[in-house]
Amino acid sequence: MNALEIKKLVKHFDGVYAVDNLSLAIEKGKIAAVIGPNGSGKTTLINLISGIVPIDSGVVIINGVGARAIKPYNVPAYGITRTFQEVRLFNQMTVIDNILVVLTERNVFGALFEKHSAHHLKRVEEVLIKVGLWEKRSALAQSLSYGQRKLLEIGRALAMDSEVFLLDEPFAGLFPEMLKIMVAAVKDLRASGKTVVLIEHNMDLIRELADHVVVLDSGKLLAEGKSEEVLSRPEVMEAYLGE
Amino acid sequence: MEYLIHLAILFTVYAMLGVSLNLVVGYTGLLSLTHAAFYGIGSYTTAILLTQSGVDFFPSVVLGIILTLIASFLIGLVLSKFRDDYYALGSFGFNAIAFAVFLNWQNLTRGPLGIPGISKPELFGIDFSNNFNFLMLVLAFLGLVYLASRFIVNSSFGRVLKSIREDEEAIQVFGYNTLYFKLAVFMIGAGMAAIAGSFFASYITFIDPSGFTLMESVFILVIIILGGLANLRGSVLGALFLILLPEILRFVGFPSSVAAQMRQLVYGLILILLMLYRPQGLLGEYKI
Repeated sequence: MNALEIKKLVKHFDGVYAVDNLSLAIEKGKIAAVIGPNGSGKTTLINLISGIVPIDSGVVIINGVGARAIKPYNVPAYGITRTFQEVRLFNQMTVIDNILVVLTERNVFGALFEKHSAHHLKRVEEVLIKVGLWEKRSALAQSLSYGQRKLLEIGRALAMDSEVFLLDEPFAGLFPEMLKIMVAAVKDLRASGKTVVLIEHNMDLIRELADHVVVLDSGKLLAEGKSEEVLSRPEVMEAYLGE
Repeated sequence: MEYLIHLAILFTVYAMLGVSLNLVVGYTGLLSLTHAAFYGIGSYTTAILLTQSGVDFFPSVVLGIILTLIASFLIGLVLSKFRDDYYALGSFGFNAIAFAVFLNWQNLTRGPLGIPGISKPELFGIDFSNNFNFLMLVLAFLGLVYLASRFIVNSSFGRVLKSIREDEEAIQVFGYNTLYFKLAVFMIGAGMAAIAGSFFASYITFIDPSGFTLMESVFILVIIILGGLANLRGSVLGALFLILLPEILRFVGFPSSVAAQMRQLVYGLILILLMLYRPQGLLGEYKI
């Protein structure tokens, strides 16, 4: 069964096609890596699926539910969460509040009169321990190092307990210890039946993690399939990986 | 003593304005320059009802709040299309419109002539034309506004407001329709400003449009920036500082021919120094 399918997706900016009639499918419970040179439409693809930029045409089918127009605030209702290429935390809020805020009631009155239950606080603790930031729980997000910020961002996504995780370059710039934590978190997601779509440039990590690889070029699908198969194609290796 | 009570009443009114604006600017990051418009709607509602229809003070406060909620809902809807500097400019526009209405709807507001003879409240036989009693009453309302604001900022709702201030697009992706949250806090802040306006009108007994200009909105904004964005106690401290400072400068002993100008100069200088060396304000937790 496919967790995520896109059909004939199109997005252009001032006549330049960032995503050009793209169709692909990602199987449930797998890790799919999206690769391609800069400007190939990888981040735009994630932005379209998560409603950050509107779709020009085409359809996104998430867990069997089709959508032609996605509002960002409806994204969790489709079972999707995401991280950003440039880490986007709530900087002048504490580490705990960065997680707690995504566990809050979504409607105004509910949020106003909500008291966070022990269940929520337990969830925050679990997530922060998992990403190695429990000791930093009272620090402001802006005081964290770059790597810690990336870990907090993945922690915030994990707290959502979604079905599909869109991760935009989650491993970039991480030190080895933090990389281990991040890799373990992604593997855990797959082990628990979640679907992960990640944009990544590190081929060793893609070989280690990805079940499925999608190669984009100028917004078009160049190749897709099992990672060993796609990564061994000479044209992919030569044109996009420099190997 | 009467002089001190007078200052305390003015401080209390401006503290209420500061606390309410801090919900919008400090906690939510919406740089609103239209607070004086809501303050004015509250003032005019009370002034008109008390002088022309015989309605009592407290019902006039309630009606002022209702009218302000309606106005702020409509204004908030339009302003939700803007962000950052454009939001400030848009809100500036609404303050200008409100001022024009106060000035030109002469049948209702008497325009530049203003509305004199606004009476003081009376409740359970307590006469609030006594300034000390009036101070106690307005302090009680400041307490209510402060406690309500503290409840809001400490709630999950308050946490969402802060996340909107930090990165609105990012929090939307986590399932929040931020329009509703921004509208709600904008209306709550406006309603509180209307309460301050009603008390101001009743205390001063005369209002005219000059009290609700853009400069008044800027003054309220300076209170919260000086006291500290996203800090309620800071708003109270900022109001205390800005109400008392010109009064203290009266006693510095400048020659009478230049006293007024010198007071303005020292006042401005202190503000600049604070912004240079303490940009988050006296008690602030958040920097713009």
